[in-house]
Amino acid sequence: MPRLPITKTPKVYVGGAFIRSESARTFPLKDAAGNFFANIPQCTRKDLRNAVEAAAKAGPGWARRTPYNRGQIIYRLGEMLEARKADMADALLIGGASKSAAAKEITATIDRLIYYAGWADKYEQVLGNVNPVASPHFNFTVTEPMGIVGLLAPEEAPLLALVSLIAPAITSGNTVVALVSTAQPYPAIVLGEMLATSDLPGGVVNLLTGFRKELVPTFATHTHLRAIGGVASADERKAIKLGAADSVKRVKLSKTEEPVDWFSGKAQSLYDVRDTLEFKTTWHPIGA
Amino acid sequence: MPTLTENKSSRPAARSAGRPLPELIFGDLWAYDPSPETADAKLKPRYDLFIGGKFVAPSTGKYFDSINPANETKLAEIAQANAADVDAAYQAARKAYDNVWGKMSGRERAKYIYRIARLLQDRAREFAVAETMDGGKPIKESRDFDVPMAAAHFFYHAGWADKLDYVAPGRKVAPLGVVGQVIPWNFPLLMLAWKLAPALAMGNCIVIKPAETTSITALKLAELLQDAGLPAGVVNIVTGFGDTGAAVMGHAIAAKVAFTGSTEVGKIIMRSLAGTDKKMTMELGGKAANIVFDDAPIDQAVEGIVNGIFFNQGHVCCAGSRLLVQETVATEVLAKLKNRIKVLRVGDPLDKNTDIGAINSKEQLATIERLVAVGVKEGATMFQPACKLPAKGYYFRPTVFSGVSMSHRIAREEIFGPVLSVLTFRTVDEAVEKANNTAYGLSAGVWTDKGSRILKMSTELKAGVVWANTYNKFDPTSPFGGYKESGFGREGGRQGLLDYCQLV
Repeated sequence: MPRLPITKTPKVYVGGAFIRSESARTFPLKDAAGNFFANIPQCTRKDLRNAVEAAAKAGPGWARRTPYNRGQIIYRLGEMLEARKADMADALLIGGASKSAAAKEITATIDRLIYYAGWADKYEQVLGNVNPVASPHFNFTVTEPMGIVGLLAPEEAPLLALVSLIAPAITSGNTVVALVSTAQPYPAIVLGEMLATSDLPGGVVNLLTGFRKELVPTFATHTHLRAIGGVASADERKAIKLGAADSVKRVKLSKTEEPVDWFSGKAQSLYDVRDTLEFKTTWHPIGA
Repeated sequence: MPTLTENKSSRPAARSAGRPLPELIFGDLWAYDPSPETADAKLKPRYDLFIGGKFVAPSTGKYFDSINPANETKLAEIAQANAADVDAAYQAARKAYDNVWGKMSGRERAKYIYRIARLLQDRAREFAVAETMDGGKPIKESRDFDVPMAAAHFFYHAGWADKLDYVAPGRKVAPLGVVGQVIPWNFPLLMLAWKLAPALAMGNCIVIKPAETTSITALKLAELLQDAGLPAGVVNIVTGFGDTGAAVMGHAIAAKVAFTGSTEVGKIIMRSLAGTDKKMTMELGGKAANIVFDDAPIDQAVEGIVNGIFFNQGHVCCAGSRLLVQETVATEVLAKLKNRIKVLRVGDPLDKNTDIGAINSKEQLATIERLVAVGVKEGATMFQPACKLPAKGYYFRPTVFSGVSMSHRIAREEIFGPVLSVLTFRTVDEAVEKANNTAYGLSAGVWTDKGSRILKMSTELKAGVVWANTYNKFDPTSPFGGYKESGFGREGGRQGLLDYCQLV
């Protein structure tokens, strides 16, 4: 008799722990061949609020890490992914990717992490500056992370797009609550396992699986989310912008109807880091 | 004869420890000799809309009065634009963008913007008088701050127009097209400059609406744009009320809208544009904490507190309206502050010695009075100097509330008037917690002699501008803008320019 393999119960990575939805709801995920694969947590608005709370707790500590340290931790995440390419390839195959497509997406994702790891201790030097004011003051502008960023990942490129959205936000010390691809949630489940073994503090990245219809309205209105990024349909964009007005939230969304080429060099940018930064200008008199 | 605050010896030896020095109070014992600014503001009896490089009558044929808040007299009639006028302004802007401005080299654009700066400097005195008559601010502020700073903004941004490759390292930038802008009444000309200069430098064309109570200097600037030979339609100025502003914000041609005003209206605009792809920047309200530690140079801090809240009658979004003072020096600071306030001159804005001018409008005066009444009702202790106010016009005495707690409405809501709420704290952490415990995040002040504490506070305060051992300083090179519900986007500096372009 062949040995019956142990199947994994997928759990999402929130607050540094692996949780099922508080609602105990799941939705079935089939593999590319149409066979039952696993039950994925169907996260609720309450799960989202809990994730925001976890992100809020982790935020100040993460932002206070030195840029060098944040860079090393994101680099370490790249190392984790490189070492577990095979696991991640399997996860992508379930969603229907070919072996070569999976390999391409994984290497692009690793390279993207390394790209942002390098920015961690440099973006400030490019984006901030000293201002030559016309008075006897020393005046400088520095950046600060916005806080907690809500991200809506697209359905496609379930690993690369997700990481392309998360990495620029956490590079500067933001914390993230991300809704992952509904159609292909499993790579994000595996990513959570890699995040847990990286040196990233719990709560910095929180991943939710579930349905956009259910969760997008709460992303829009949760006042502790200071910014919303990612990809959204026309209706979702409108709903998010309406909700964002209540707390003057920053919104920058790509359009579902104009798919992003996540493999392109334009999908990684210093200006994606800038999108989740505030600018703070400090004045001080020059004198004796 | 000058007199002393109290009939006691002014010798330091006679003071008990911690007691402030007696101060010289001029009071009413010396007859005050007025020193009004007499330059001609060169106002026209009626101002039309500025569309396509020409002054045109509004399609409604309607005009409204612009009132001098210092004496309630009519200054001029201002055209009331409707949606059709706003559309005409956008069509003119689109045409100017497609045919002229969008194609012009940065080097040539720069020259026009430099010209505007120079022409404004030429007529600075006239503009300062007009600004003071229209808005009620002291002439010394419009003369020494508003007008020169507006010219400086044009001069600074002019030089960027041919250096845009350096705005976003690693990327090329392009203009957005036509932008719509709505500005407030507290710094009418300066806000106009903050909006026009970066947009023009980037190569955008503009439809802008000044506030209904302060449209005059915008239209005087339109005369100056004609003198500068700025191509027709590059800047279009439409005047009117809220509905005109809504038409400017909502027009289909506007690729971006920029708004400076209250958080309440900012949110309404955000909601109204939710279904569009328009870019936005919002410069909204504030309730800034001005934090005084016990090691601060107290006399300088008191000057900073006064400048922080009474500059421009407190009609300043970044006004230091919440004074957080360390408990150990609270009595001393408050005593010195009250003495200082007693000698502020409140009255005719055109008088060169006036410190606090007229409240901008009857409506704003009513708002201030309402919130001050709430402060009294909630149990805070109110102090106002016994200064005489002119019989006509809208005036409000400088007001200090002590014994304020974080839950009081006067500690949470933007009053936009010469009203200061004083709170106390014991530790650095408590100061940070109280300062950040607000929906706003525009600015903050810190007064301490300790360098490391300044940098710690500057890091912890959730505000876009932090003034350390100074307050209410502005510069075209220095980005200005808020965190949280104080808005998003920056104005000034390299950061401000990026909000008027797209990365290509």
